[in-house]
Amino acid sequence: MQLTVWTYEGPPHVGAMRIATAMEGVHYVLHAPQGDTYADLLFTMIERRDRRPPVTYTTFQARDLGGDTAELFKTATREAYARFRPEAILVGASCTAELIQDDPGGLARALDLPVPVIPLELPSYQKKENWGAAETFYQIVRAMAGPTSPPPGSKRPARGPGVRPSCNLLGPTALGFRHRDDVEELRRLLERLGVEVRVVAPLGATPADLARLGEADFNVVMYPEIAATTARWLERSFSQPYTRTVPIGVGATRDFVEEVARLAGLEPAAAVATAGSRLPWYSRSVDSTYLTGKRVFVFGDATHAIAAARVAAEELAFTVVGLGSYSRELAREVREAAARYGVEALITDDYLAVEAKVAELQPELVLGTQMERHIAKRLGIPCAVISAPVHVQDFPARYSPQMGVEGANVLFDTLVHPLMMGLEEHLLGMFREDFEFHDGAAPSHLGTHASLPSVPAAAPPPAAATLSWAQDAEQELKKIPFFVRGKARRNTERFAAERGLARITVETLYDAKAHFGR
Amino acid sequence: MSEVALAHRPTASAAGCADAPILRERGQREVFCGLTGIIWLHRKIQDAFFLIVGSRTCAHLMQSAAGVMIFAEPRFATAIIEDRDLAGLADANDELDKVVARLIERRPDIRLLFLVGSCPSEVIKLDLGRAAQRLDRRFAPGVRVLNYSGSGIETTFTQGEDACLAALVPQLPAADGTPSLLVVGTLADVVEDQLRRILIELGIERLAFLPPRRAGALPPVGPATRFLLAQPFLAETARLLETRGAARLPAPFPLGAEGTLAWLRAAADAFAVDPRRFEAVTELPFERARRAVARWRPELAGRSIFFFPDSQLEVPLARVLARELGMDPLEVGTPYLHRAHLAAELDLLPKSTRLSEGQDVDRQLDRCRAARPDIVVCGLGLANPLEAEGLTTKWSIELVFTPIQGFEQAGDLAELFARPLRRRARLAV
Repeated sequence: MQLTVWTYEGPPHVGAMRIATAMEGVHYVLHAPQGDTYADLLFTMIERRDRRPPVTYTTFQARDLGGDTAELFKTATREAYARFRPEAILVGASCTAELIQDDPGGLARALDLPVPVIPLELPSYQKKENWGAAETFYQIVRAMAGPTSPPPGSKRPARGPGVRPSCNLLGPTALGFRHRDDVEELRRLLERLGVEVRVVAPLGATPADLARLGEADFNVVMYPEIAATTARWLERSFSQPYTRTVPIGVGATRDFVEEVARLAGLEPAAAVATAGSRLPWYSRSVDSTYLTGKRVFVFGDATHAIAAARVAAEELAFTVVGLGSYSRELAREVREAAARYGVEALITDDYLAVEAKVAELQPELVLGTQMERHIAKRLGIPCAVISAPVHVQDFPARYSPQMGVEGANVLFDTLVHPLMMGLEEHLLGMFREDFEFHDGAAPSHLGTHASLPSVPAAAPPPAAATLSWAQDAEQELKKIPFFVRGKARRNTERFAAERGLARITVETLYDAKAHFGR
Repeated sequence: MSEVALAHRPTASAAGCADAPILRERGQREVFCGLTGIIWLHRKIQDAFFLIVGSRTCAHLMQSAAGVMIFAEPRFATAIIEDRDLAGLADANDELDKVVARLIERRPDIRLLFLVGSCPSEVIKLDLGRAAQRLDRRFAPGVRVLNYSGSGIETTFTQGEDACLAALVPQLPAADGTPSLLVVGTLADVVEDQLRRILIELGIERLAFLPPRRAGALPPVGPATRFLLAQPFLAETARLLETRGAARLPAPFPLGAEGTLAWLRAAADAFAVDPRRFEAVTELPFERARRAVARWRPELAGRSIFFFPDSQLEVPLARVLARELGMDPLEVGTPYLHRAHLAAELDLLPKSTRLSEGQDVDRQLDRCRAARPDIVVCGLGLANPLEAEGLTTKWSIELVFTPIQGFEQAGDLAELFARPLRRRARLAV
């Protein structure tokens, strides 16, 4: 048993719903008790979808358990087919139905429906949402494209003369972090490169579209969490190579363009492809100097965490002091990335462990999920959201991709904006004794009646018992902006304790500053 | 006030829905399970912690339904059952004890811990009753440990509160023989304070509320206890209170000016409050509530409304909207219709209202589309899809989380229904 306050991922059947909801012409019959229907609101409220997810729940109750829940499942499936007429049906169980072992796959097949029935085995007590999405996508692709795959060992025919190179985009789902805009951005990028996009899946694809996946020259894996399993199967079955680079950030976009050019047999055109990106110049402009070496902690799904760390380190000149992910399936990749920054990866789905790590590292910026946003808020650290789990705010009305040229521009703003706030706070700190800019004054945009939420006083460090601050040192400490004052106090006390000093003077304060300063 | 007097003492049910046929459906139910009640219960009982023993789905439901991660560390959590708990490698009870010990160590402010059963814990027959007894002995007297089930296979949404309060009833101390009034069902603190003030002004001084705000302040109960239900979904709690000798005062629910007055009158009558005193105490707030409600009448009168089942508040709400705002309830769906507790309400519903119990969501959607109501009251899974079809909706969950009971909230209640219509009328995009 695992004590959980908040979770990064839902159960695997929610992952399956993300695939079914992303697609057209698919219906998912889920053997589940009433209450599991809450998952609909993820799509209708968080993503503001204008249609119900294509999911029928059997919603069995306690009184059904003594009777025939299998019959209930068959009725639900039969009626769902009659009402929605899908091209393919997914069937499966949620955590509770898994325990009663009704075998939805067998029951659905026995109905002899005139469309493909794809059974999903998603072990709820072992696996989670992204795994469920990946497995569902793989199963449905295998069911639809499998019959069209060439005999094993056959060579892929060469592209005919005058035929444009083509690819599929794999991985975007419903409820994905900026998936909608990433698809659009990659379409534009690939169009500029002269590569045709055949099928985007699962987002917007029909089962019939999946049957055509093998026609493209290669696959673009947008989100390895969702699409890697499927891409590997397509490579085995259709000799279709796939991309390994996720084009988030200017550098990664260049690498991606080179990779695509190689797979498509085109001249690399990285310069052309990333022309128009404002990130490089914005980062080089002197206004960005203050970003140098900002200590940043990164946590999210593996794809976005790895990408954000690279952007932070190489494109904004931050220092990555921590990198982690809740995507256990991609732990190896996260560890490799962490090693590049000389840090140990934090692989966990326990948000309290993440909170402890952030508190320990005292970064100046957190790049994370909505969970880290709350952690950072509590610790008074600026934060930007770069990854799922999603919140209604992660579906902005404006075009806001993470990938490609525009994605890099968006990332510049996303990563720097919270720090601009930091700079404003710094100015506020400089005017600390000022009549209108003192610590207790709320930001002016909140109006004259706003008052700051009371910040709980930091607990005195254990060292305080034996250490004392001279009054002038205490005064000097107050001149330091309040959002770094706690750190300055801790560092100074640590410095003093390590040297056996009992009293902290102004000299000690500045000795410590020189010692810890970079 | 004669109209109201009549309302409280309906002479015959010929005008109402008391004997109306009910459409009973058993299909897909688009409703929350009882775990969701934890979201308001943990805010009400300020030193209680709710530990769900369930799956990742339960944890995910809670954070999705809880307004998406508002509280950094709320007083609820999930002990997620894992594969090894099912395979018997780990004794689930030992695991649970470990989780609870860690939790109590981490949260020394907790005085009352509920182990909350879920669908998976019910299906694997994990005996949380015995676990609660065991842990209660271990952590006494600092922490009480109780249990109830909020599982979707047994409870629908607000029935979770019923199960929670029912678990408290055996713990209530025995009352002496002095007549006392117990108000049962979670109300917002502000509403509770208003009602308390009025009841005390009426002279009903021996007065308590269930659930209490602190776990240590459990109200006494006994044969001299009269109780008023503040919420319509408390069937099991009421039954258990009756086994402790308490008697339920039949009344409409305290929604709307008229409902609140009739609810208070039920208490006044039971405690033999002088009618002149009742009139003196209630006249002002009642008239204020009437005026507040009347402001919204021009916007709502004559409009039709369709309720999807959600909280069991549907029947009392439809009564307010029909009688005080002149709306036309086409269908009032409710997860469970308790005839006895709703008797006073059903009498007041227009005869033309179709009552439905349970759900087959696709069929109900068909009926709703055919009826083209002016407003649909429905859950969050249905609201945006129906808006996209051109229907105007009101989220039912807001009616559970917003203070709507009592005189001073009657106007707010009306406004909740007027707002979506006004918004639609104003938008020019």
